[in-house]
Amino acid sequence: MSKVLLAGEQFEITLKRLSAQLIENHGDFTNTALIGLQPRGIYLALALQRRLETFLKKPIQTGRLDITFYRDDFRRRSEPILPSALDIKFSVEDKKVVLIDDVFYTGRTVRSGLEAIQAFGRPSIIELLVLVDRKYSRHLPIQADYSGIRVDTRSNERVKVKWPETDNERGVWLLTEEESKTVKEQENK
Amino acid sequence: MSVLSVPNLLGIKHLSKEDIELLFSTAENFSTILNRRIKKVPSLRDITIANVFFENSTRTRLSFELAEKRLSADVVNFSAASSSVKKGETLLDTVNNILAMKVDMVVMRHPHVGACDFLAQHIDANVVNAGDGTHEHPTQALLDAFSIRQKHENFEGLKVLILGDILHSRVALSNIFCLLKLGAKVRVCGPPTLIPKGIETLGIEVSHNIDDSLAWCDVVNVLRIQLERQKDSYFPSLREYARYYGLTYERLSKLDKEITIMHPGPMNRGVEIESRVADHPDHSVVLQQVENGVAIRMAVLYLLASNPS
Repeated sequence: MSKVLLAGEQFEITLKRLSAQLIENHGDFTNTALIGLQPRGIYLALALQRRLETFLKKPIQTGRLDITFYRDDFRRRSEPILPSALDIKFSVEDKKVVLIDDVFYTGRTVRSGLEAIQAFGRPSIIELLVLVDRKYSRHLPIQADYSGIRVDTRSNERVKVKWPETDNERGVWLLTEEESKTVKEQENK
Repeated sequence: MSVLSVPNLLGIKHLSKEDIELLFSTAENFSTILNRRIKKVPSLRDITIANVFFENSTRTRLSFELAEKRLSADVVNFSAASSSVKKGETLLDTVNNILAMKVDMVVMRHPHVGACDFLAQHIDANVVNAGDGTHEHPTQALLDAFSIRQKHENFEGLKVLILGDILHSRVALSNIFCLLKLGAKVRVCGPPTLIPKGIETLGIEVSHNIDDSLAWCDVVNVLRIQLERQKDSYFPSLREYARYYGLTYERLSKLDKEITIMHPGPMNRGVEIESRVADHPDHSVVLQQVENGVAIRMAVLYLLASNPS
């Protein structure tokens, strides 16, 4: 049985806390942009954008960054990865950028994101916000500045985040070894 | 589907409709990248590509080279005019010598039909056909169809006219294969001497009447009259050709509809196409074709290189 890590009211409280932490550090967001990492980080970015806009009563610059062409495992995977849409309609030159992803695991996606964002300018600061931080599993020296929950996991387990936009429900689950296998097989099909 | 069904791009004939659509969706991503301030991505940084051109080419070669550089590949260029081909070396020897320098992909243009197929059978590197004789020019057909797709929502039932020298054109054949696979209707039009016999068996219409064909179509792709073949007398004079088969503003203004105008270049202004038509700000997509060429070639190289072999 998969284990629920975050759901219901607790999920909302976590999102509110992350928004509050962002406001604490970025004030009224005049020089800050949120960048969601494709494919799954964008839903978290949009969820935070909505909460920040309600609270600050002003539009928050938000973009989506696709890191497919910057990955370090090209030609090393059995299946090529298809790119998702890229949508950043502003320059990040001298801006504070908050990179946003749902699950933080080895750190390789974030590394690619750090490289990809340079194509849009030179940000003054880049921070990292994640919903789920899988502790002690990093392959690279990268840490998150903000995290929703921090969990201990084994490498053969998987963390699944569901969003209303794609899964009609919201929550974070830790899948068992068996379930992780099935998900992986489905993804490879 | 996220993989091409083929390890080499030898011709559109070997591609499935899904392959073509995968190439289009990937090219769209590259298109947005090409409109950024920094137009380069590091995807192919450990890939070396040889551009082997046994026939003159300016824009195709430039477009391939730019696509390769935008993907951060290492590029070596080879042209027959300045090589040992002149000294009698065979095609296979030439290419094997290049491959011995650890090249991963070969982009080749060759004056002989089937040269790329031959090469693909004998070497391990991925082969991309950049034009083989009068056979196929797959990346041109892909970029033409990609440009049509930006103007017209659906290929199903779309009427495309290919006008001009069909006999000597590899662009025509690749375009026919590509458009038919996507569900479009195709008609070719030109003087009888420049239309190969039996071409209608491909499932297309043949006409020798330009005005009737223009009234029929939604898109016209004008092919170049190859001036170097003029000595073979396929038609009496360029002036006569321009009069009977040239795409003029007058002809277009007689129509009660607007059609998309394409030309793969290089254009002979005043022969197959009038300047006023070629430069039409709304209907001519000639320069978009060139722009899309880089994105399409990036998609081809990226998808072939990422194919697990």
